[in-house]
Amino acid sequence: MIALLIRLLSGVQTRWVGVEPAVRPRVYFANHLSNLDLPVLWAALPPAIRRRAQPVAARDYWTMTPVHHWLATRVFHAELIERKAITHENNPLRQMEAIIDRGNALVIFPEGRRNTSDDGDLLPFKPGIWHLARNRPEVELVPTLLDNLNRILPRGEWLPVPIMASVTFGAPLRLGEGESREAFLERCTAALASLADNREEA
Amino acid sequence: MSSDLRWFAFVILGLLSLATVAGVLGAWLSRSDKARGAAADANSRLLAWWFLAGSILGAAWLGQTALAVLFGLASFCALREFVSIHRTRKGDHRALFLAFFVVLPLQYVFVALPWYGMFTIFIPVWAFLLLTARAAVAGDTTRFLERIAKVQFGLLFCVYALSHVAAIPQLTPKPEDGIALLCWFLAVVQLSDVFQWVWGKALGRMKLAPTLSPNKTWGGLIGGILTATAIGAALYWMTPFSPGRAAAFAAGACFLGVLGGLVMSAIKRDAGVKDWGASLGGHGGVLDRVDGLAFAAPVFFHVARWVLGQGL
Repeated sequence: MIALLIRLLSGVQTRWVGVEPAVRPRVYFANHLSNLDLPVLWAALPPAIRRRAQPVAARDYWTMTPVHHWLATRVFHAELIERKAITHENNPLRQMEAIIDRGNALVIFPEGRRNTSDDGDLLPFKPGIWHLARNRPEVELVPTLLDNLNRILPRGEWLPVPIMASVTFGAPLRLGEGESREAFLERCTAALASLADNREEA
Repeated sequence: MSSDLRWFAFVILGLLSLATVAGVLGAWLSRSDKARGAAADANSRLLAWWFLAGSILGAAWLGQTALAVLFGLASFCALREFVSIHRTRKGDHRALFLAFFVVLPLQYVFVALPWYGMFTIFIPVWAFLLLTARAAVAGDTTRFLERIAKVQFGLLFCVYALSHVAAIPQLTPKPEDGIALLCWFLAVVQLSDVFQWVWGKALGRMKLAPTLSPNKTWGGLIGGILTATAIGAALYWMTPFSPGRAAAFAAGACFLGVLGGLVMSAIKRDAGVKDWGASLGGHGGVLDRVDGLAFAAPVFFHVARWVLGQGL
């Protein structure tokens, strides 16, 4: 119901390019443009996948008000993580691994914060995705490109404009044999960026 | 709903039913994959026609206000499609918000009132000056002229021009007659599109505008406009015009409709897309369906207003 409403309001178009929708533990890693990213990406997933998907979200933002907290935990089934003062006890990586071990899909934004650059270049990825790929090598990493959401609700604005968003899922990646952290993060970034080039041609 | 309009509704719904029976039979009888694909495409277009005809006849039955709301929604969808494929920047955000949620509703309020002196100047004067000023105050000068031009064109085409369709009922003293005239106008312009496609398939040789719309041909254009003109003349009883005048108005509206389609094709090619969207299966987006109407409506409205003697 809420998903339908979000889809209608954001006019989101979903494309699966080089990957089929499937209910299984996967990591969907997406670029981060707007506070709407999480709700729209969640709504764009097919219902069967959505029910078994858990986004990772910043605790400081999603506990701002009781409404944020209710949406994050009850509606989106988000796993709230700390962004600052990481200790052994609250290491977000353990939370993400637990989601996969429960057999759920994970949604992450490896840029770590909203990208406000005009040229659309991705920010450098945080290394968490590499740790995940190394510790759970059987899991597919699906690049997920969000488009136009920064135009619906840019950072620092509170009135949305009804522009149509799109979500593109690309061909999955896995960590290569002996692949270094830098090389893997670069490959993930390139995979996500290449979906943007596809879009220009379409 | 006047008895004229009731007859018209019967004819349109009857034609759609016939086409649906043909479409279902076609899908059932087609053997090859290609034929099956063509039948599926035709049927998805037909489904969209049911939806469009149903919503327009429903609104016509409810009256002028319902028509203004319906075309307001169409403008909203069209403007949304137009703005979505163009790269606007953060500095445009507030101006876009005003365009969608202030200018667009106000324009249709002025149409519905009806306040002729306001709805004919609101966007070209007030929205033009205030929205460009709003974008300038945002302080981002990168591609400034190009960005404000896109917002202004979107508003002029998708909202201002299209809103004239909803103003057609004001042309006649009795609103029921005006609603019949509006239905006549919509039927003629849309049927011209359909028959251009049909004639284009039948005798399409010479390309009309190969760089803009590779599927449009001279044969389709002339056949489509002549057929729609004949239909417009035959339905003259829905209008305040004589059969001859009805034919002239129909031909003019169809011709402008073609020009509207070509202009929007040029913008689509420039932006690198084929359709404006996918919301009306087979047709593309809402803007693909209303581009001809938006071009034909203001000219039809003002010429008819002059001919019907409400003054220059």
